[in-house]
Amino acid sequence: MAEQKASTSIEAVESGLAAQGYIASRQIATAVYLSRQIEKPILVEGPAGVGKTELAKAIAAWRGMKMIRLQCYEGLDEAKALYEWKYAKQLLYTQILKDKLGEVLGGAQTLHAALDQLHDFGDVFFSKEFVEPRPLLQALEQPGGCVLLIDEIDKSDAEFESLLLEILSDFQVTIPELGTVSAITPPTVILTSNSERDLGDALKRRCLHLHIGFPEQRLEERIVESRVPGISQTLRRQMVGFIHEIRSLDLKKLPSVSETIDWARVLVLLQATELDTDTVKDTLNVLLKYEADIEAAAPQVTTFIAKAARSNVFG
Amino acid sequence: MRENLHRFFRAARGVGVHVSPAESIDAMRAVSQVGFSDRTILRDALLLTLAKSQDEKLALGDCFDLFFSRPEPRQDQPEGADQDGSQDADQAPSSGVASDAEGGSPQQELGPLAQMLLSQDRNAIAAAIAGAAGAASLSDIRYSTQRGIFSSRILDAMGLQRLRDELDKLTASNPALAERLRAALDALREAVRDTVSQGLALYAREEAENLRNEILRNAPLARIERRQVAEMRALIRQIARRLRERYSKPRKRQRRGHLDVRRTLRRNAAWGGVPFLTAWKRKHRDRPKIVALCDVSGSVAQVSDFFLLLIHSLHEVVDDVRSFAFSSHLIEVSEILEKNSPEEAMAEIMSKVGFGSSDYGSSLVDFEKDFMSTLTPQTTVIVLGDARSNNLDPRADILRRISERSKRLVWLNPEGRLAWGFGDSEMPRYATFCSVVRQCATAQQLERAVSDIVATYQ
Repeated sequence: MAEQKASTSIEAVESGLAAQGYIASRQIATAVYLSRQIEKPILVEGPAGVGKTELAKAIAAWRGMKMIRLQCYEGLDEAKALYEWKYAKQLLYTQILKDKLGEVLGGAQTLHAALDQLHDFGDVFFSKEFVEPRPLLQALEQPGGCVLLIDEIDKSDAEFESLLLEILSDFQVTIPELGTVSAITPPTVILTSNSERDLGDALKRRCLHLHIGFPEQRLEERIVESRVPGISQTLRRQMVGFIHEIRSLDLKKLPSVSETIDWARVLVLLQATELDTDTVKDTLNVLLKYEADIEAAAPQVTTFIAKAARSNVFG
Repeated sequence: MRENLHRFFRAARGVGVHVSPAESIDAMRAVSQVGFSDRTILRDALLLTLAKSQDEKLALGDCFDLFFSRPEPRQDQPEGADQDGSQDADQAPSSGVASDAEGGSPQQELGPLAQMLLSQDRNAIAAAIAGAAGAASLSDIRYSTQRGIFSSRILDAMGLQRLRDELDKLTASNPALAERLRAALDALREAVRDTVSQGLALYAREEAENLRNEILRNAPLARIERRQVAEMRALIRQIARRLRERYSKPRKRQRRGHLDVRRTLRRNAAWGGVPFLTAWKRKHRDRPKIVALCDVSGSVAQVSDFFLLLIHSLHEVVDDVRSFAFSSHLIEVSEILEKNSPEEAMAEIMSKVGFGSSDYGSSLVDFEKDFMSTLTPQTTVIVLGDARSNNLDPRADILRRISERSKRLVWLNPEGRLAWGFGDSEMPRYATFCSVVRQCATAQQLERAVSDIVATYQ
């Protein structure tokens, strides 16, 4: 049964990613499975630090493929993302080959004949050897396929999105002088976005849209367990419960999974066995990145610890 | 099941999720990979392929739950039961029920619907309703007034006529059975009504909302009814958001222009003119500067609300906006608009200068006296008002000076062209000094006007 296979393969994705230390929710696993099956890029949106970039790394490690990363920023253009001509090399070669050119053209009687002969050699300088492949082109040229991570696409300009459309839908790029380069093996493409600006419909249409939010308590506990193995179970429960309480506050920047993991590491380093008000207050700056946020959260610490401890009893 | 998916796509469009043919093909491919057996996986797959934002995901998730909340067809029936049913409403369920009937039911002479009702087979009934709903093309339902007609169409497709005849006969021959059948029929009617209501909720939303928004967009702002004001505000806010999305981020266009041949040659003189380094001309672009003058007097009171709302959104789009409000005199309101939410800002402005009788002349004098220096050759001046100055001196000469100092002067008038120049309207006198005069009576015109102004700076 194809359907039976689907749910087992989704579980296989989950366990495969888990083996790389990435605990994926069902939605994430489904997205990864589908993107492979119907060859579509995944557009991952969500707050900072929930593991969008990690996902790409985990997929690459799991499938044993190379990961090629393109970090987007304002002003990123074709020359930096796709390919560039090696101008200096071209110039250098023309200088070196000057004499050779003289020989080639020596036999020509008229200007026209010389030009004709030159035409035969003209494309030499616009051949594959003079192309400097940038991440997008590199990704297409990987013989065994790869994971292409286009990070923070929302930071790039709207024009850059249009540049991506060809590669996203057909896995090919067109270089005017060389023609179309198609992917040897279609890469697994992951795009991440922090929703700083709305992406174009054309781009969204070509992708599976995956939203990763803050994980549920159980899932987050598993994530901490896999990332910070040294932490005791009670402390893990308490700290995750505490963070979930913190997230209910109206803060400038809510602590996300990466902060949870950092905090878990800090607590292990401090050899804490369970949460107490002093430890939390001292380490609050690991969780919260704004002075105003820390001030807002500090008075609540005791209540939150109590709540987290109580939920711990029943959970 | 394919039929069902198509109907789901229509329902998805209904909740505002944009489903293009290409997306529906992707969804089909995804579904063919994951199959229908696990509903959560199916839900995830559809959400992944169809929804394009978190809001859409929520809406689509609700829609999915509503759509598939119908009782599922019996387990042992082949998956295509629904689909078959939609093609010939009676056959598929009756074949399932006929076997039940053979198992000892005495009413062999009764029609399939009656047998099904008596056998109390919920799954079969649900499947039959779904099939009949397909035959009656329930997905075409648009308005709540159509509920009755669709209910009766579905019941007809299920064979109500025959059931009625049989009921008549039975009342004489077997009153007890007739009673049971009648009760079952009432239950069936109820079930059908629910199905139709669900269909309405699924399929009609899109149409109704589009229609309402379309009407609202083109309705004159001055004649909006009280109950529509809230909707209109929402619409203006939508427009403002769209403007903001389109223009807010100062898109860094390539500022590099053509190759500067002279500078390139000079720079590369050291290498004998071989152009190692290139020099480029730069394009010059103006930073947007906007000065908005908004009439908030009694004569345009209805419209000025929306004008202010739009100016408020301008403040978010463009960095350098100064805005002024006037009726009999003029004050600067930039700060009020920047600091407060639209509602608070509007209330504050209205309490300061609103609802007076308008005096364009003295307002322009106020502007010239205090704020003329804000105008530079890069400024676009927008005046929002009806140019009705209560027969006071219009001081068109000041407007001329404003026009001379600025890049452009745009006048947006909520009145129709026909009204310009009649009564106390000074529009023709002002119009001579304006670069553009536009009628701006509806939300749509307002959006276009502002969009054009901002676009010139992109």
